[in-house]
Amino acid sequence: MGKRLAVVLSILIVGLVLGAPQSPKREKSPKQKAKQAAATPIKVGAIFAVTGGASNLGAPEQKTAMMFVEKLNSAGGINGQKITLIVKDSGSKPENAISLTKQLIDEEKVLAIIGPSTSGETMAIKNICQEGKTILLSCAAAEDIVNPIASWVLKTPQKDSDAVRRIYQTMKDMGITKIGVVTSNDGFGVAGGAQLAKLAGEHGITIAISEVYDKQATDLTDVLTKIKGQDVKAVVNWSIVPAQSLVAKNMKQIGLDVPLFQSHGFGNIKYVQAGGEAANGTIFPCGRLLVAESLPGSNPQKKVLMSYKQDYEKRYKEDASTFGGHAYDALLILTEAIKKAGSADPAKVRDAIENLKGVVGTGGIFSFSPQDHNGLNQDAFEMLTVKNGKFAIYEKKK
Amino acid sequence: MNFPQIVQYSLSGITVGSIYAITAIGFNIVYCTTGVINFAQGEFLVVGAMTAISLSRVVPLPVAIALAVLLTTALGGLIELVFIRRARDASVLRLIVITIGLSIVIREAMLHIWDETVRSLPYFTGTTVSTITILGAHISPQILWVLGVSAVIVTALTLFFRFTTVGRAMRACSDDRMAARLCGINDRWMVTLSFMLSAGIGALAGCVISPVTQTQYDMGAPLAIKGFTVAILGGLGNSMAAVVAGLFLGLLEAFTVSQFAAAYKEVVAIVVLLLILVFRPSGLFARRDVSALRTA
Repeated sequence: MGKRLAVVLSILIVGLVLGAPQSPKREKSPKQKAKQAAATPIKVGAIFAVTGGASNLGAPEQKTAMMFVEKLNSAGGINGQKITLIVKDSGSKPENAISLTKQLIDEEKVLAIIGPSTSGETMAIKNICQEGKTILLSCAAAEDIVNPIASWVLKTPQKDSDAVRRIYQTMKDMGITKIGVVTSNDGFGVAGGAQLAKLAGEHGITIAISEVYDKQATDLTDVLTKIKGQDVKAVVNWSIVPAQSLVAKNMKQIGLDVPLFQSHGFGNIKYVQAGGEAANGTIFPCGRLLVAESLPGSNPQKKVLMSYKQDYEKRYKEDASTFGGHAYDALLILTEAIKKAGSADPAKVRDAIENLKGVVGTGGIFSFSPQDHNGLNQDAFEMLTVKNGKFAIYEKKK
Repeated sequence: MNFPQIVQYSLSGITVGSIYAITAIGFNIVYCTTGVINFAQGEFLVVGAMTAISLSRVVPLPVAIALAVLLTTALGGLIELVFIRRARDASVLRLIVITIGLSIVIREAMLHIWDETVRSLPYFTGTTVSTITILGAHISPQILWVLGVSAVIVTALTLFFRFTTVGRAMRACSDDRMAARLCGINDRWMVTLSFMLSAGIGALAGCVISPVTQTQYDMGAPLAIKGFTVAILGGLGNSMAAVVAGLFLGLLEAFTVSQFAAAYKEVVAIVVLLLILVFRPSGLFARRDVSALRTA
């Protein structure tokens, strides 16, 4: 009796495991009538870090992508064709991103992949997409993604090198020359750390000390004590994980009272909330989405930003973040290119993207070319700060 | 390094070390009565903190923490009753694998209940920027709470095991289960109690460190590994040794950062574990006769 029960239970469990859905949410277009032969839906894949350390990036990206595709499909799609969005959760792990990418390219045969959310994951799948001739529109920031250029790989966030340049320019205006740098040990942190080191000299900045911390770190007082001992005039933190808030808190707690500069990975209000009072005064470069209301009406991005922000906040009842904006931009660019190319052929769509100029997105105004697979420059950034727990435009002190 | 810096690093090391120590004590309590390493120990800290965070929205903070500890204690007991007791005749290895599976199940359940957002309890006293000065070093007042609560837990446990009937019954079970049974001690309830106790202190520790480390659903596993390292370092089953070992490892990590690149901080713990396992597998403080008797 016991043995039979065990066998039945095992079969049940195996059946449940195999039958269980593999992705968190799956978008399916409504059933196509056989008469509309030309209206086969276009398959677009997406890999987001909905869970894991980068969840503050991946979760808004997933929500934005779903919202965008639903809106597009209910308006009739592109030239009558609807989009089928297949979203996969990488859990912020590059290894998962690799296997999910292979699934999307080989099994689902998607036209393009939106994402992944982080630089580490993107670098892991860059070659796979290039060899699989599948368009990759990454939502990650590292410059390495588009330099060296791979013909099928593009990205929508602003370059981390431009972020570093804006930070250094601001420091110069503030008269700061000696700084300490802390970075996380993931792809984003490593790439950012390299850019900070590379560009320091030409802006007259001296990095007195540079330390790497584990991305799962729960306490950074010892690393920051070491930084404090070097008598720096500012600290730059480069990471996307929740440790961003830890740096802010620990600095104030150990009495390291110097300005804290963050990367554009700080662009989610949740990091500010986690940091509490300690987050006030942080300075960082970011897309203009977070301060959309304060922009003058003449700003070319204002309309797109306000419309995205209002749609997102109404539907999901949480503040919009720049990360969701990157996913919005990726889908916007893809769908504009499909319209322009008039077909869903991968090579034609890719060529169409490379010829897009002046597309107004949330991250900036995109102008691509075969040599420029990011489409943005320094002006895409606005220097922001945190005042009373809210994002505000950084005003240069006279 | 000047004196305030030494104090700063030491405080940082002791804080982290006391968390390791509490997790290790949780391991030890269960190991003593059953011979099993409960790898779900790390998850208890996270469950306790998450429950307290959710409850703190409806009840005052101290009540929320008390309720969270009670609920997690009940969870620990439930786990023992449902999974461990049924597998009575299973080998120790099988039970350990069961606990690993349980830790994964608990983690996924937490993901579904609380999603992946990082949360934290409010600071018990002060805010995220409050700082107090001790001997020239600056720390958040929450650090004192962590150290205080850890000290209270260790003291309370020591008194419990030495002076109360139940505590002594548990020690009897860990020394020799058959003999304890012959004395009329209900050893099966002692096992359940040990799970409940380690879950409860885990939850309390999780609550008190939540403002400092921030809580995310998957924090349990790395913590369990560090706690396990400390338990082995001190000698499995010896709670006082776990405290010393925990503080030692915490200080070692903090001072490693002061001298070498911070990136190597995690390496220290692993290297120490390897050295111990090679040269003194029974732990720094284990008595040789005890380790000979413990063959399970």
